[in-house]
Amino acid sequence: MRAFPVLLALALATALSFLTLPVVAIFVDSSPAELIDSLGEPGALDALWLSLRTTAMALAIILLVGTPAAYLLATRSFRGKALVVTLVELPLVLPPAVAGIALLAAVGPSGILGGAVDAAGIELTLQTAGVVVALTFVASPFYIRQAMAAFAAVDRTLLDASRTLGASEARGFRRVMIPAALPGLAAGTALALGRALGEFGATLMFAGSFQGITQTVPLAIYDRFSTNFDSALALSAVLVGISAAILVSVKLVQGSEALGGAPG
Amino acid sequence: MLLLLLAGCGSDDARLVVSAASSMTGALTACSGDFDAADVRLSFAGSDELAAQIRQGVKPDVYAAANTTLPDELNKEGLLSKPVEFATNELVIAVPKDSEIESVHDLAGDAVKLAIGSESVPIGSYTREVLARLPGPESDAILANVRSNEPDVKGIVGKLTQGAADAGLVYVTDVNAAGDKLRAVELPAELEPDVTYAAGVVKGAKQPDEARDFVDGLSDGACADALAGAGFGAP
Repeated sequence: MRAFPVLLALALATALSFLTLPVVAIFVDSSPAELIDSLGEPGALDALWLSLRTTAMALAIILLVGTPAAYLLATRSFRGKALVVTLVELPLVLPPAVAGIALLAAVGPSGILGGAVDAAGIELTLQTAGVVVALTFVASPFYIRQAMAAFAAVDRTLLDASRTLGASEARGFRRVMIPAALPGLAAGTALALGRALGEFGATLMFAGSFQGITQTVPLAIYDRFSTNFDSALALSAVLVGISAAILVSVKLVQGSEALGGAPG
Repeated sequence: MLLLLLAGCGSDDARLVVSAASSMTGALTACSGDFDAADVRLSFAGSDELAAQIRQGVKPDVYAAANTTLPDELNKEGLLSKPVEFATNELVIAVPKDSEIESVHDLAGDAVKLAIGSESVPIGSYTREVLARLPGPESDAILANVRSNEPDVKGIVGKLTQGAADAGLVYVTDVNAAGDKLRAVELPAELEPDVTYAAGVVKGAKQPDEARDFVDGLSDGACADALAGAGFGAP
């Protein structure tokens, strides 16, 4: 028997068991009945509802600003573009604690723009708006990166054809580029959604933790870790379920090529 | 093979792992270098979180908590030796240096933003103990001003030094450690809770003898001196 294929299979088996065991354990440790019971306790549903609301708001901002920004970066070349792209992508690799400190230093009450934020009558820290800011900051690079790749992959002759036919660039962007890039945009949206739902450190440091206001599901899990492990497990199971649903829907949107079929 | 690699990360001779409450960060970091019997590795977090880790099978050598309840519980569960009380602390109201808050009654005022400990951590339960001794309406008014339930003292201090919150209840040692950014407002004696720290040797510790020495040293030795220097009292 040749050794290399065996080695490959062993590596895959190791990776698969290492990556799935902790997730499986969440469900083994808690019965479905316990899961549902724990969701009924005060705070759990508040946390879920808050997570969904803040994630939806962050995604709306990300899509509205990120889509045209990604389109510009994908279709123009200019001096310093590499630097701009790197800066936009930087939050991808920032540890969440650094993101929290950075947000406080920038728009916290004593931050460099703190006075301006306050003068505008906006309160971010310890408020739901602060959660949205934290989620937007950490999640937007996931979307913008993917959207750039999606726009760059669109056949430029499509856009040029629409221009030749007299359509403005804005119309071409709306009617040609967005539909053509849609699978990639959807994948980027899902990645940003997953990152926003899971955000923990930046939210805690910047927005704090208060039931119904700033305590998202990851913060509620952490709060329950010491006193109510079952409840922490139940909330974790819900997050696993939502995340898995996101991943599966991305695969479906991207079609059979992403499901591991023949190369497209 | 992978397991061997992982095991290699953790095994070193005479390394003593100490899980201690966040509030002792400064004092224990300063004194642990003077502990000759072993190379001390300190892990700071909320006492409850460290206790939860021990219940989930994590085995530090020493557990030093910001209360006596958690060590007593672990002892009853057979996870910790008989706890030794080694220090006391004082609960105070922490406010930014230039704050106008002068007493616990000011916390009930309009537009005062409070950051306190989460109910699940000792600082949070002490805080609620204090508030429960106030007249009902005043206690309710103060609780209504709470904007964040932080998982540990660092979170409360951070919110105060960054100006996100106007006041919080922490240990006097935390105010000392924050330097000149924060000021402590003392609580009336009748509200002051009994804050006693206790430590024990974790059952199944890899270095039980050194762990015992370390626990004893918290009451008498370099670490006891460092704790006193940070503002802790003797039990």
